[in-house]
Amino acid sequence: MPEPIPTDRVEQASPHASPNPAVNETVTRQPNCRRTPSWALLEFFGSMNLAITLLVVVAVASAIGTVLQQNQPYPDYLLKFGPFWFEVFRRLGLYDVYGAGWFVAILAFLILSTSVCLYRQAPGMLREMVRFRTNVQVRSLRGFHQHAEWRLPDRDLDAVLGTVSELLRARGYRWRVHDGGDHRVVAAMKGRYNRFGYLFTHAAVVMIGIGGLLDGNLWLKLKEWRGEVVLETRDLAARDIPAVSRLAPGAVPAFRGNVMLPEGAAANFVFVRARDGFVLQDLPFAIELKDFQVAYYDTGQPKSFVSQVVIHDREHLGEQPMEATIRVNHPLSYRGYSIYQSDFGDGGSKLDLRAWPLTVARLEPTEVKGTVDSSLKVSGPTGPLTLELDDFRLFNLLPEPDAQSGERKFRNFGPSVGFKLRDAAGEAREYFNYMAPVQLEGRWFFISGMRARPGEPFTYLHIPADPSNSPERFLRFNARLRDSIWLRDFLARSAPASDESPEFRRDFERVRLSLVELFAQGGSAAVAERARAVVPAERLQEASALYLNILRDTLAQIFIEVLRTEGVEVEQAVGEREEAFFNDAVSALSALPAHASPFYLQLTGFQQVEASGLQVTHSGGVGVVYTGFSLLIIGVFIMFYTSHRRLWAWLAVEDGATRLLLAGTGNRRQAEFAREFASLRTMLERRLGPFEEEQSAPPTIPSPDTRLAADVGTR
Amino acid sequence: MAVTREAMLDQWEQPSFWRRLTVWDGLWVLLATTGSILLWWLYQSYMNGYEVAIQVGCTLALVAWGVYWKPARSFVLAVAALAVLALWRYGADYALRHSDFWLKYFLESQAAFMWMSALYVLATVAYFAALLGRSDFVGKTATALTWTATVMGSTGLLVRWRESYLLGVDIGHIPVSNLYEVFILFALVTALLYLFHENRSRTRAMGGFALLAISGTVAFLLWYTFDREAHHIQPLIPALQSYWMKIHVPANFIGYGAFALAAMLGVAYLLRSGAEARWPDGLLARVLPPLELLDEVMYRAIALGFAAFTIATILGALWAAEAWGGYWSWDPKETWALIVWLNYAAWLHLRLTKGWRGAAMAWWAVIGLLVTLFAFLGVNMFLSGLHSYGSL
Ligand code: HEM
Repeated sequence: MPEPIPTDRVEQASPHASPNPAVNETVTRQPNCRRTPSWALLEFFGSMNLAITLLVVVAVASAIGTVLQQNQPYPDYLLKFGPFWFEVFRRLGLYDVYGAGWFVAILAFLILSTSVCLYRQAPGMLREMVRFRTNVQVRSLRGFHQHAEWRLPDRDLDAVLGTVSELLRARGYRWRVHDGGDHRVVAAMKGRYNRFGYLFTHAAVVMIGIGGLLDGNLWLKLKEWRGEVVLETRDLAARDIPAVSRLAPGAVPAFRGNVMLPEGAAANFVFVRARDGFVLQDLPFAIELKDFQVAYYDTGQPKSFVSQVVIHDREHLGEQPMEATIRVNHPLSYRGYSIYQSDFGDGGSKLDLRAWPLTVARLEPTEVKGTVDSSLKVSGPTGPLTLELDDFRLFNLLPEPDAQSGERKFRNFGPSVGFKLRDAAGEAREYFNYMAPVQLEGRWFFISGMRARPGEPFTYLHIPADPSNSPERFLRFNARLRDSIWLRDFLARSAPASDESPEFRRDFERVRLSLVELFAQGGSAAVAERARAVVPAERLQEASALYLNILRDTLAQIFIEVLRTEGVEVEQAVGEREEAFFNDAVSALSALPAHASPFYLQLTGFQQVEASGLQVTHSGGVGVVYTGFSLLIIGVFIMFYTSHRRLWAWLAVEDGATRLLLAGTGNRRQAEFAREFASLRTMLERRLGPFEEEQSAPPTIPSPDTRLAADVGTR
Repeated sequence: MAVTREAMLDQWEQPSFWRRLTVWDGLWVLLATTGSILLWWLYQSYMNGYEVAIQVGCTLALVAWGVYWKPARSFVLAVAALAVLALWRYGADYALRHSDFWLKYFLESQAAFMWMSALYVLATVAYFAALLGRSDFVGKTATALTWTATVMGSTGLLVRWRESYLLGVDIGHIPVSNLYEVFILFALVTALLYLFHENRSRTRAMGGFALLAISGTVAFLLWYTFDREAHHIQPLIPALQSYWMKIHVPANFIGYGAFALAAMLGVAYLLRSGAEARWPDGLLARVLPPLELLDEVMYRAIALGFAAFTIATILGALWAAEAWGGYWSWDPKETWALIVWLNYAAWLHLRLTKGWRGAAMAWWAVIGLLVTLFAFLGVNMFLSGLHSYGSL
């Protein structure tokens, strides 16, 4: 650390190491400087160095918690860091830094340090406010930055004293006169309430700190530590949660819990999350959600979230429940509990779904009905699957995919269904299908997203929509590729007429069939792989191109056949639209294997049931904290923008003349005080004549304050 | 005024606050309150009780500002006149911004911001030219440019406020709701704080440094406008639909602006003390602002910033208590506000109670700005949390 820079600090009445002890002794003096252990402890906790260190340490510690996202589900962390570091970080409490023991301890340290500082400083400050410092020496007064001396040969001491008092009164100073025998001292002061600034701010820091700690998770931690409460980590329904993981109303003075209520449902509890689990906090009343509504701007962005709730509370409301509206920024306060709109989701929307098979030759879809948050058994190609319906969204506002780069446009992609397909081993893939076809680059697609792991981005399958806005043409095309009997027959029928030998034609037909089958099973990647397996490396490129050409021609023939069965006029030529469709269809077919779904689940209808996420809080410390807030604001302004000013007039008769020494200091706002002192001096000069230029006083370096004062004083 | 300086000085009693007010002060008070009442009368249907209370508070603050610092009056009047002109040209038709001459080239918010940007950059150059060339005339020009830029920027913000309502009554909101808008606010606040100190300390030597921070902001704004198209008015998400935004955000930016000013003065301090050590007779050691002045203004800026930041953070906590369910959630933005605050608390303690001065404190002020910048920008860019709507 650099050395403290010695500066011209004579005027500053600081409680710490001031170069002018004569002025500040009342604040710095320790009442009893005996070196007892408790004294040493106080000295340590109240030391400025510790305080500044703690300020920086708390800042750095707080920063740690912002780098790593806090309170995420533990499996996410495990995935991110791997088992070893996951465990290390867990032990360090990095997933909930602000609730971790070490962090709370540092905060407590800062509070303690501030309290001790306050305890040690307050008496001095209060004394400073009432005590007029009459016990001063001429020498120390001359050491003040602001001072002036007069030698007044023909003036009577009492007359000068009178003039000085008059001036002090006019300027709002309070003063005491001390008769020192051969001299008199007038000790005056003004703005002593500046000292409240220190007391208020530092008391406020203590209050806010303590209130904040009490409103944190301290109580729950205490109960856990005493074994009265155990966190629940299983995914249980509220009624199945054991008593050790429940908190009765009033069991802790502060908590913050959440509950997701579907429309029409009610709850008299909330879940309080902690680390990797939660506890259930019972409420002394029940909240029923009558209706939840989201309103949107024309652009599709959400405009408001509104819950209509009914509070049931026999004890306090009787049979007549209370109705209320909760919106973001407009919580409901009830019996010291606050209820907030914090989230929303699906409350079991009823969905009509159509499952189009993708991996078999069949075209007929299966109609399915389901509700969000329920699951169905379905059969898959390699065994039974569970279809878990997770999510329904009415709106999907996303950045415009066709926008120019940098352009900020959004598009509403309409309703969607989110679901998982879980196999017997428990492995799940997550899907996200939009209901309506989406226009991209002028063409329409049914979009289905898939990801194999939570947290990964979705990869999307784009199924081209046919002219009747249905996926059917694509699905018919797909089904044809998987119908080997039909394929065989078709390939035989459609083989190009040529004079090649029948053996060659048979071989060629076999190649075409196996290429189509390969493609249907594994996409273009499988075809390329097969080429690599059977063709020597030097001919690979040529052969692959040949394979792909044959495949493409064959697929095109099949596609034309599909169009024909649809009744599309294709005898002359295939239109541009159909050609684009064919290209899109081939891309989609090639991506199908990686999509790994045995069916395409189309959302055909829905009846939305919304759920509102409510947060219920109770904070016992809020009164203390808010009082602290007010004190802090008042205190900071008093401290910065007022100043405790002291003036001394030292009067004595020397060689028949009256000597007047005027000196002063302020503990803040030096520039302003310098200006004030200059004006006082000028006024005295008008009454008493010019003051003496300095002789005995040490030469004063022009300080910023006087320089500024001179600047400002001339305006 | 009939009172001479002599006579004033001869008065024993300092004239009371009321006696020191002049006719001009009275006129100012009258004008400001009338303007405010007129505004209320015009737009009361958009305001709830809290907002009326905020308006009353702002009016009082405006009146006090003008009485305390006279140049503020001409500034406010110029901004008001231009804003009224713009409102008049607009009427109720937002599309006029493409066709009306005044709107298209001067007063439409985007046009006004472009003027502001250009003028601030010119002012920066002019301040440095005045400093190195020791030209009083160029210095005066720099001051005029800065004032004009600030008038244009402030007008632009007011006009943008109105424009958001022209876009749709349900879209209308005060333009402090996203990073683009608050960056403009930041430039304006920094400029006003600087102009105050320029006026009080009667030297323009600090101007280039203060304006450098503003030019940096302008560069960011231009990139943000042209590369990211961030200047479009967006509707407010539900979390921001609160009267708290009107006071929380501006209070924060008084803090940010003051800290930025302090940091730039810190840079000037380091340059000057370096120049004094190396080339005591060189140009830099002569023309750069004196160390004591820099130290003093730096302290005053940090003190103001600390006070404003204290209020802003507390207002934020009160808002959080209403919107998020608790006055403190350790959200990254909140946490960084606390870090900034603790950092400057440490700075103030070092200066006041340990008497530190000089290069160490200047360095700290500069680093303090980096911390502040992270709280203001970095959090939005790199960390996710409840404040995520402020993202780039
Ligand atoms: C979060 C904690 C704290 C905050 C926010 C805080 C804030 C402040 C502020 C803003 C000032 C005024 C500085 C100035 O006028 O330039 C100040 C002064 C002071 N602080 Fe702190 N402080 C804190 C903790 C402490 C602690 C722990 C101590 C004890 C070692 C302490 C001792 C002092 C003293 C002695 C003064 C000077 C008072 C005077 O001379 O009027 N502070 N504090």
